[in-house]
Amino acid sequence: MGKTHNLAKIYLGAVFAVLYAPIAYLVYYSFNSGGTMYAFEEFTWEWYQEVFQDTRLFVILLNTITIALLSAAISTVIGVLGAIALANLRHRRMRNALLTLNNVMLVSPDVIIGASFLILFAAIGIQLGFTSVLLAHIAFSVPIVVLMVLPKLQEMSPTLIDAARDLGASWWDVLARVVIPYITPGIMSGFFMALTYSLDDFAVTFFVTGAGFSTLSVEIYSMARRGISLTINALSTLVFLVTLLLVVGYYIISTRASNSRQVRWGVASR
Amino acid sequence: MERIRNLFLVPYGVWLLLFVIVPILMIGYYSFFDIDGVLTLNNYKRFFSPTYFSMALRSFWYAALITVVCLVIAYPTAYFLTKTKHKQLWLLLIILPSWMNLLLKTYAFIGILGTHGPINAFLGVFGLAPRQILFTDFSFILVAVYIFIPFMILPIFSALEKLNPSLIEAAYDLGASHWVAFRRVIFPLTLGGVKSGVQAVFIPSLSLFMITRLIAGNRVITLGTAIEQHFLVTQDWGMGSALAIFLVIAMGLSMWFTERGRRVR
Amino acid sequence: MKRVIQMFIAVLAAAALCMYATARINHLQGYSSGNTLTIYNWGDYIDPDLITAFEEETGIKVIYETYESNEAMLTKIAHGGHSFDIAVPSDYTISRMIEQNMLIPLDHSLIPNLKYIDERFLDLSFDPGNKYSIPYFWGTVGIAYNREMLEGKEITSWNDLWDESLRNQILLVDGAREVIGMALNSLGYSLNETDPEKLLEAQQKLFDLVPNVRAIVGDEIKMLLSTEEAAVGIVWSGEAGAILDENPNLDYVIPTEGSNIWFDNMVIPVTARNVEAAHKFINFMLDPENAAQNTLYVGYSTPNWAAMEYLPEELINDERFYPGREITDKLELYENLGKHNQAYYNELFLEFKMHRK
Repeated sequence: MGKTHNLAKIYLGAVFAVLYAPIAYLVYYSFNSGGTMYAFEEFTWEWYQEVFQDTRLFVILLNTITIALLSAAISTVIGVLGAIALANLRHRRMRNALLTLNNVMLVSPDVIIGASFLILFAAIGIQLGFTSVLLAHIAFSVPIVVLMVLPKLQEMSPTLIDAARDLGASWWDVLARVVIPYITPGIMSGFFMALTYSLDDFAVTFFVTGAGFSTLSVEIYSMARRGISLTINALSTLVFLVTLLLVVGYYIISTRASNSRQVRWGVASR
Repeated sequence: MERIRNLFLVPYGVWLLLFVIVPILMIGYYSFFDIDGVLTLNNYKRFFSPTYFSMALRSFWYAALITVVCLVIAYPTAYFLTKTKHKQLWLLLIILPSWMNLLLKTYAFIGILGTHGPINAFLGVFGLAPRQILFTDFSFILVAVYIFIPFMILPIFSALEKLNPSLIEAAYDLGASHWVAFRRVIFPLTLGGVKSGVQAVFIPSLSLFMITRLIAGNRVITLGTAIEQHFLVTQDWGMGSALAIFLVIAMGLSMWFTERGRRVR
Repeated sequence: MKRVIQMFIAVLAAAALCMYATARINHLQGYSSGNTLTIYNWGDYIDPDLITAFEEETGIKVIYETYESNEAMLTKIAHGGHSFDIAVPSDYTISRMIEQNMLIPLDHSLIPNLKYIDERFLDLSFDPGNKYSIPYFWGTVGIAYNREMLEGKEITSWNDLWDESLRNQILLVDGAREVIGMALNSLGYSLNETDPEKLLEAQQKLFDLVPNVRAIVGDEIKMLLSTEEAAVGIVWSGEAGAILDENPNLDYVIPTEGSNIWFDNMVIPVTARNVEAAHKFINFMLDPENAAQNTLYVGYSTPNWAAMEYLPEELINDERFYPGREITDKLELYENLGKHNQAYYNELFLEFKMHRK
């Protein structure tokens, strides 16, 4: 048994090594005085200093975070409401149809999502910019939230609600005191997933972003022609460290708060 | 009461209508027009021309390959993960790299896999270098698997978590070997997770773009690459939409198959 | 429930804080005031010091937005309700924009510095009389190659690329006009050929090139040539300048059969809100000293003859980047061939890409 255990460790170690290799590469070159992501010259903090001097980049970072937080919060509300409604739908066929549509969106390639939103916004007459990017991010985050929350709702025992109702609880009470607390881990993972998807998205934002508004990923892409500045590497390193802290923090909070030892993570796919 | 619950469906329903149903209908509409804005079925006819048809076939082939490799690597990973302490944290750390900007990571891969990159330097120690790794099928599959593997690991991990350990013990008690226990008990019981994972990897890989150029040097051209080109470069939205409709249909079909499979089980 | 609501409020508060900070920064920089100029340009395609200098000189605040391709810029201008005051599209895109009424005619009386532009680069086919556009940078399409890796072999023409010694060594750019144009030139035809038979001949010739092609790539070509991933690449002269500095083994050549000459010109799109400031900016950029400073930063070739005085001798005497009239006369502009011919080019190019392997 001990032997398999070691094998398991080696295997996992290899998987982690591959997963973190490109990140290590990026972090390494963020200290390159040569200014390129190849040919390392000398160690320098230059790019990190530049991150803190570049107000334009800072505004873009703020934009990115604003969009991520707002879209994650709003899509969590819509997604939770949707999941509750879906879980309570009597028509099984109707529910399955809606779920299929939910999942079609979830598995749609970013190119199609982005392009179709571009057409949609052009047709409705929404200006490309903050609003369109926010709407788009909400739109592609909703199904993730539904997927995280729905299993929690389905595993909830109906007797719990019946008991509450027998004790004279109103419908609102049942929701606020019984249902929401029970599905909180699902809500949290949904929110968290939505947040990070928004932070990472490039293709959809690329299609729907407009004048005066840019997110980090769009900025990185437009730098490609003349070479991506190492300032981006430095900034990404910082953002990565913050995200790491958030993840570990989230883990600690969720394990402490959740009654069961395990936070359930549903299928996350997009 | 029932009414209040249905009220909850309103925002979600609006979302579905606006961002799922309307876009699908619009893309469908666009797909019937050519570059002059004339109503035509030509885009669909063109899809069945040798160029696009072989592109679709190749897309499927590469997507299948990526999915299989993902599965083969992800299953043991998920399995071993369930055996670790703080497994939820490790799981999060598996997902974490996917939150870093993809273009940056891809540039890192160009550096890592290049003729003068660290991998070739390592191979050089054994006298195996220089070897062309970049712009090969190998590098393409590697990076694609890198991108998608968290989506395969997650559902399999959840399925393994739900597995009742007493069932496995029972299998051992009945004299099953590790392999038999895996094949007859563990794997069948986690089939649901495997199916979700396959779905989450296969369909997006049909539409991979960007890395087809950056990592595969356009040796691989997927439907996604073609859609991107049509929407942005050639401005032939009709053809791009027709390809998109085809992808949506492929998506729906694979959903339907996996769902049906689940019900039978 | 409480916890969820708490978190929700915390998130909204954080978002509000970010928005406030953004608004505050924009306000501090004067973005919210009326007198702004929005420049829509390629990423990193101007010396940022010049923007600051322009802001100080005129009191106009500049918003700098970037795009990554002519087509992406076109799509955005056509679909958004944006307010770009200046854009810097390439030649064939300009004629498309004129065709679609997307540009505002320039008032030449507001641009006295126009006299500094070399007359060779004025009144070109894509914009007769420079009614809508003023040259910003120009250049050629050519071959960058690594002398070391080719062991002294010289490359002078497009036809050299078909040589067997270059097996798996060539990087092509992912552009239909560039690649098919190269094949047309190698056959002695015009870059703007529309005769389907000649185009098919060019495509056949490209199929023969396949064994020599290592990859068809985009902007990463600079990184790939500089790190010696491949020995030969089709590049724009501006980008070649940058990598020649990085890797001394590299050389750049304008092929003898002829090639493409391109221009990135400043224009004022119909989306402009501050036409007056836009004219001021164009005139500012044409000032010889400013043009010279920008040229040193960007590294592309300037069309401004008066700026040459401020540039180092060895730069302006470099025939690779400042070819004389006898060479530029042989070069051709990409003409706007119309939707159908463009679609045919794209189709042929897609087939070429699919033909690989």
